[in-house]
Amino acid sequence: MIRDALGIGIATGAYALSFGAISTAAGLSLLQTCALSVLMFTGASQFALVGVVGAGGSVWAGAATAALLGSRNALYGVRLSSLLERGGWRRAAAAHFVIDETTAMAIARDSVAESRLAFWATGLAVFTLWNLGTLIGALATHALPDPKVLGFDAAPPAAFLALLAPRLRAREPMAIALGAGVVALVCLPFVPAGVPLLIVAVLVAIFGVLRSRG
Amino acid sequence: MMWAGVLVACASCYALKLAGLSLPASVLQDARVQRTVPLVPVALLAALVATQTFSTGHHLVLDVRAAALAVAIVAVLLRAPFLVVVASAAATAALLRLL
Repeated sequence: MIRDALGIGIATGAYALSFGAISTAAGLSLLQTCALSVLMFTGASQFALVGVVGAGGSVWAGAATAALLGSRNALYGVRLSSLLERGGWRRAAAAHFVIDETTAMAIARDSVAESRLAFWATGLAVFTLWNLGTLIGALATHALPDPKVLGFDAAPPAAFLALLAPRLRAREPMAIALGAGVVALVCLPFVPAGVPLLIVAVLVAIFGVLRSRG
Repeated sequence: MMWAGVLVACASCYALKLAGLSLPASVLQDARVQRTVPLVPVALLAALVATQTFSTGHHLVLDVRAAALAVAIVAVLLRAPFLVVVASAAATAALLRLL
């Protein structure tokens, strides 16, 4: 289990390299980039914030998008709640580690003790290597003359695509993804940067609520 | 301004994680919440892919980023690791700009 945790940590560390690089190319400072990985510690939200800023949107539009993407972590918390330690600082610390990777590793175990070990081992491995990867990616990009020459503006969409792909295994999410892309592009010329994302979020929430009635 | 946005976003994301562990399960096990929340990342990530590939500021544009996205799609279909997907897209854009 520890080996699995380390394996996931190394994979996410490699992916943090690209976060550090994209964040720096988007114009965030080294300290801001590292603060996101330490304090936000949820990959898709971090990529969204720096992606919106890098494309010329306000940091507030980026922050709203990051929070919306972070909403899924609340559902992970529900599944983990009965498996993790109850009160106090341990729960407060555990909350910081509630992300895709730790949830996937902690659920589907034979016992609560195994779930806890998987959760903490994965959380610590990913946290350590995610932050190390971010720092290296950011430092390496600081040393570069012009990120755009190296195609760094094409990196964020590829990162979002890689995050999206595993969620597209059925017809409905595929249709939602296509619809969301079209709606965002149609709105884009008429509203401030970053706002098309918020429009898409509102529409998909309405869709979800209507569908759950029928 | 940047720092304020970064810190507010970090606090919001932490609050959502803590809420999941702390709120009564009945709130978050509501059928509407369970049905809707997983759709949000799908829609937002797709909108991010579309806007960051096909626009600059308020203008829709078709440039080397579209080719880079096509390469990234192929990489994803071949189940390439995350870093390879991102690096192949960046390399495609860089190479096409050199031509």
